Amino acid sequence: MKQLQNVWQDKVAVLSLSIITVTTVAGIFAPFVAPHDPEEVHMELRFASASWEYLLGNDHLGRCILSRLIYGIRPSMLWVFAALLLSVSIGSIVGVLAGYFRGKTDAFLMRVCDVILSFPGYVMTLAIIGILGVGFENIIIAFVLIKWAWFARIIRTSVMQYAEADYVKFSKAIGASNLGIMIRHIVPVTLPDIAVISSSSFGSMILQISGFSFLGLGIQAPEAEWGMMLNEAREVMFSRPEMMLVPGLTIVIVVSAINYLSDTLQVVLDPKLMTSSHKLQGLETASVVKLEGKAGA
Amino acid sequence: MTNILEVKNLKIWDSRNERVIVPNSSFHVKQGSCLAIVGESGSGKSVTCKAIMRLNKAGIRQSGDILLRGINLMELSEQEMRKKRGKQLCMILQSSMRAFDPSCVVGVHLQETLVEHFGWSREEITTKMKNAMESVRLKNPIEVMNTYPHQLSGGMLQRVMIALTIVLEPDIIIADEPTTALDTVSQFEVVEQFRQLRERMGCSMIFISHDLGIVKLMADDVLVMKEGEIVENGTTQAIFSEPQHTYTRYLLSTKLALNQHFKRIMGGVSVAEG
Amino acid sequence: MGSYITKRLLISIPLVLVISFVTFGFIHLSPLDPAEVVLHSQGIPTITDELLAQTRAKLGMDQPFLTRYLNWVVSCLQLDFGDSYVTGKPVWSMLGPAFLHTLKLTLVSTFAIVVLSIVLGVACALNAGKWVDKSVRGISFCLTSMPSYWLAALLIWYFSVKLDLLPTSGMESYKSYILPVIVITISYAGIYFRMIRSSMLSNMNEDYVLYARASGLTEKKITMHILRNSLQVSISVFCMAVPIILGSTVVVENIFAWPGLGTLSVKSILSRDFPIIQAYVLVLAVSFILFNTVSDIINAALNPKLRDGL
Repeated sequence: MKQLQNVWQDKVAVLSLSIITVTTVAGIFAPFVAPHDPEEVHMELRFASASWEYLLGNDHLGRCILSRLIYGIRPSMLWVFAALLLSVSIGSIVGVLAGYFRGKTDAFLMRVCDVILSFPGYVMTLAIIGILGVGFENIIIAFVLIKWAWFARIIRTSVMQYAEADYVKFSKAIGASNLGIMIRHIVPVTLPDIAVISSSSFGSMILQISGFSFLGLGIQAPEAEWGMMLNEAREVMFSRPEMMLVPGLTIVIVVSAINYLSDTLQVVLDPKLMTSSHKLQGLETASVVKLEGKAGA
Repeated sequence: MTNILEVKNLKIWDSRNERVIVPNSSFHVKQGSCLAIVGESGSGKSVTCKAIMRLNKAGIRQSGDILLRGINLMELSEQEMRKKRGKQLCMILQSSMRAFDPSCVVGVHLQETLVEHFGWSREEITTKMKNAMESVRLKNPIEVMNTYPHQLSGGMLQRVMIALTIVLEPDIIIADEPTTALDTVSQFEVVEQFRQLRERMGCSMIFISHDLGIVKLMADDVLVMKEGEIVENGTTQAIFSEPQHTYTRYLLSTKLALNQHFKRIMGGVSVAEG
Repeated sequence: MGSYITKRLLISIPLVLVISFVTFGFIHLSPLDPAEVVLHSQGIPTITDELLAQTRAKLGMDQPFLTRYLNWVVSCLQLDFGDSYVTGKPVWSMLGPAFLHTLKLTLVSTFAIVVLSIVLGVACALNAGKWVDKSVRGISFCLTSMPSYWLAALLIWYFSVKLDLLPTSGMESYKSYILPVIVITISYAGIYFRMIRSSMLSNMNEDYVLYARASGLTEKKITMHILRNSLQVSISVFCMAVPIILGSTVVVENIFAWPGLGTLSVKSILSRDFPIIQAYVLVLAVSFILFNTVSDIINAALNPKLRDGL
């Protein structure tokens, strides 16, 4: 609790939290917040600079950039968050099962994870998009299908530390059910670890998914998405470089805020995982986490 | 008898939060004697010893005078201090398993230390270390020197450190809980080596421990610390027979009871000695 | 050591088999009929059932799954990944050169990343808490929050358009490497730099450093010991950087029009050229496992503790 109070004194953390809250709220209520229809074309306003009616100016089809940014929050951030949540949930279930039961269950689940993790993250995503076809939903599906495996890996390590704890042994001895022990004793103590791991990969996931849209593999025109907006701006990069500025900066600001909060969270919660006693392994796990999470930002 | 080491008004504090760890300590070690510092963990024993070596972590500051053979260590430059470490002030750590670079064979540290202080050749070092290691009953010294730390036991590594100390011939040895991390049998062997070390070299020693059984065997004088302050100071006999301070009495009553098992093993030594 | 290598290699073989199977099976999950894709991409206007059956037979689709898998594995071992649906050329004739181009870019970038992260990591750890450390960490934090394609666009705009110093795209001379390598280095060096820094810092607090200091060793010697231990952990991680970067140059390659795997794979996905996608996935997954094995072996060779443990 005391540490949470320290967070309130960290001005940057408070600023980051406000940025994320405002962005999320604006994304959810996009139709009410956005001043214009994001797909409304005004050819007479092509590349118009900022005006009172169009605060951030207009793009190559004369669409309102601000409105497109606000609608873009939905796929670029909210859907990514949903994908993260889903893959963390699957990863947690698998990780807790593997870490708690050990033995054959563990061996089987970890071999499955091994296979998935032996495809480099980007390659696997491309493969899935290749099969399912181009589209934003498919990228999200691909991410969930891949990411759960390494969440499971890390959460398993975390669970194993607690599964050996005396109170767990005690609960087993007095005949508590496995499910009961997992829900009551294992999940609550691993939550800080899970929070840190998932928050630290949120930022890089936003970067990666917007990257796929930037390549034209994700969201299709005319829908608004930040990577897509940059893709459109790239066409006119040499004549109108300023078009790259607004969506790019938006991504940088949001991702910085998320990364900063995630770092703060890591300091506050200080998960056992990151300061593991098996230093060598701990270090490697931590860096693999970062690497996989980063794989291709 | 002259004092080899004199500590006057030593104050140690943490500069980051201004917390005082040791408010004002003064004590001395007589030539050729062994001073034991006892107290519970967190009482400032280790910090005091590291302060003598001037090896506390960056944020921890110290003031006062530390005189080694009349030279004030506090006034030396880092360069001059470094030359005293190892050569005149030798430290033996508690965690022998972690005291050697895990990526190098044990011999590397011995080699580097001896080259640093004496500039001997490789052969000279090997011969001297071999003799010293044999004297602390380490079998196959050459092999031990070519082994990685994790392949040796804590007791063996502790004896490697003692062997290095024998070769270095320091004025004073600071042993920071050298037996705590060891099992009972290794404890016995290591304590035995310490006793022989003192007999043979006649060097002075500061011996930190919370194990009063070992203290009684090793020390000439005892210094009792509690929460950074010295609460009692006197000869071993006086402290053990007529403890003045309530804290000392408390320590004696609890710790001696715990050490019955150990004393049973050590009993054999006392007889042999007597 | 020899037995460790044998054991480690034996662990990888089943993994490679499973992966080849998954890769082969993958394509069959697609809702599209490969024969249809082939006919479409060849621009045949009306697709009759007869034509479809013919094409299926040509692709060997009428044989049972396992037979096709075994045939495929055998030909893959001879680097024959079939023909592209779109161009009709052998896959390897397209994939091979692209792989080489990406490999070149990857190796140069990895080298830059290793050098940069070691230099910065060591400098920051030795000056932990001072301004050098704080500013490097601050900059690295900002750079890791930046989309690499955006950074690439900014660099192209500044160096290639405004200053006209470097080429905007392609792979003509050493100059073409500069911008892509900078972008890849910036997006990855941050993680490795942090790893070196924290590994140095945790080593500095180890007892062996205290004992070395208490023995009167010089700071220079002690730093070398710390460095040695910190880098040992890092070498295997650096080794893994090669396949990770190899598989994630997609965005950078596309923006710089680098004729490598990234460009080829995106093109194939957009045209649904399954044999190329399949070969691309297989080649990268196998090199991932290969590097993983090699890095484990290097790690064991450097770290006596690990070697004894397995």
